[in-house]
Amino acid sequence: MDKKIRILIAKPGLDGHDRGAKVIARALRDAGMEVIYTGLRQTPEMIAEAALQEDVDAVGLSILSGAHLTLLPRVVSCLQERGLEEVLIFAGGIIPDEDVTSLKDAGVTAVFGPGTNTDHVVEFIRGQFQTA
Amino acid sequence: MANSKPPEAIPALVDRALQGDRRALSRLISRVENGGAEAWSALASIYPRTGRAQIVGVTGAPGTGKSTLVSEIAKYTRQHQPAITVGIVAVDPTSPFSGGAVLGDRIRMRDLAGDAGVFIRSMATRGSLGGLARATTDVVKVLDAAGFQLILIETVGAGQSEIDIARTADTVIVVEAPGLGDEVQAIKAGILEIADILVVNKADRDGVQSTVNALHTMIDLGKAPTSVLHHGQLTTLATPPQVATDRWRPPVLKTIAAESTGIAEVLEAVTQHRAYLSAHPEGQQRARVRAAIELETILRESLVQQLLDHIGPEALTRTIDQVAARAIDPYSAAKQLLA
Ligand SMILES: Nc1nc2c(ncn2[C@@H]2O[C@H](COP(=O)(O)OP(=O)(O)O)[C@@H](O)[C@H]2O)c(=O)[nH]1
Ligand SMILES: [Mg+2]
Repeated sequence: MDKKIRILIAKPGLDGHDRGAKVIARALRDAGMEVIYTGLRQTPEMIAEAALQEDVDAVGLSILSGAHLTLLPRVVSCLQERGLEEVLIFAGGIIPDEDVTSLKDAGVTAVFGPGTNTDHVVEFIRGQFQTA
Repeated sequence: MANSKPPEAIPALVDRALQGDRRALSRLISRVENGGAEAWSALASIYPRTGRAQIVGVTGAPGTGKSTLVSEIAKYTRQHQPAITVGIVAVDPTSPFSGGAVLGDRIRMRDLAGDAGVFIRSMATRGSLGGLARATTDVVKVLDAAGFQLILIETVGAGQSEIDIARTADTVIVVEAPGLGDEVQAIKAGILEIADILVVNKADRDGVQSTVNALHTMIDLGKAPTSVLHHGQLTTLATPPQVATDRWRPPVLKTIAAESTGIAEVLEAVTQHRAYLSAHPEGQQRARVRAAIELETILRESLVQQLLDHIGPEALTRTIDQVAARAIDPYSAAKQLLA
């Protein structure tokens, strides 16, 4: 009846900058989505557990620390352990081009580099959940 | 398309959720939140298992420390009474412009991560104006049926009329903080009337005592119970009201939620308020008012739905167009549709 797209925006890892995460959270809100924002320094377990409790359609991970190659696949496997394999995973932040393929192989559907227009992210998510 | 799987049938989902499957519980909450006939059928089927949880509402202006306090109450309960499981529903406002929302209460609840005895759910108001979402009470019922014994509800608290929480919670905690501009925020928002317990959080800050004093004065002026026991001494709650005719006077407690200080006293007051409600006729009165409002709400929603089904979308759209064009006034239009 009242179905909304629900998205968890999380910051795995130890870096303390959440400006990018907040910008994307606001852009998704302005696009009519419900965004659950969990704050800084989330472990993969915390992220997956929050995704489970909040029944989100997608998880967006903002990562600047350089630890994406270890952290993002762990988020994917923590989600799978909880039976959340159909949850869409996307990532943004400082991720070098040469790492994108291996992240996609690990189950991250899309990777948005620095300076990505937020409209582009919104369009991508809309495209994934279009029902009509 | 990412979500192409057909949704699971409600009865199976209910069964699994009630058996402790957290994934099923989470999905059931969404289906109930999204409303409609299937939500009602789910709620009807779980209803016999509801009514067991203790439901505590936490309201107060943004920034007073509601989320932090909720987290501390849950943490304290889990540490001191590990057999008690805790459900949390945190409500934040939906943007009236976009229909979207940023739900950020979990930021202050990270201490609860990893505890399988806690389940936290964020909800957007989705247009509802009474401080909760329309479906918050229903989501609380799901958590109640799933066996959570203590359920904490954090309201929007954005100076809205926080009336919904009084109709949903057994005990309402109103949170204040010193030095938030005006002396006492609750007075402006008119939420003092619904307070069963007043908490002045951020007691590490200047001006705590003047906030406490102001609240006591407001209680004396406003609620003016016919007979008050232990006047002026309720901060400590040394002796709870025991005679059935004594009305509850909200205690005023100090906390530093960010440092886990004063939480035991808050929980003690919650316990005493619960004992009061079960001994005092006010408890039954509240339950009856709640039942009346709930039934009325369901009746209203079903009537409107039946009516809209009967009218049909085309006739409705046509009439809206006519009203928008001022070809007909909305009163006569409604009368025609009802005829
Ligand atoms: N100084 C102080 N700050 C606190 C206390 N409790 C919470 N805070 C801070 O107040 C801010 C708002 O808290 P939050 O729980 O999000 O408030 P809410 O908007 O009412 O849910 C946060 O930065 C908290 O860390 C306290 O007891 N003392
Ligand atoms: Mg909050």
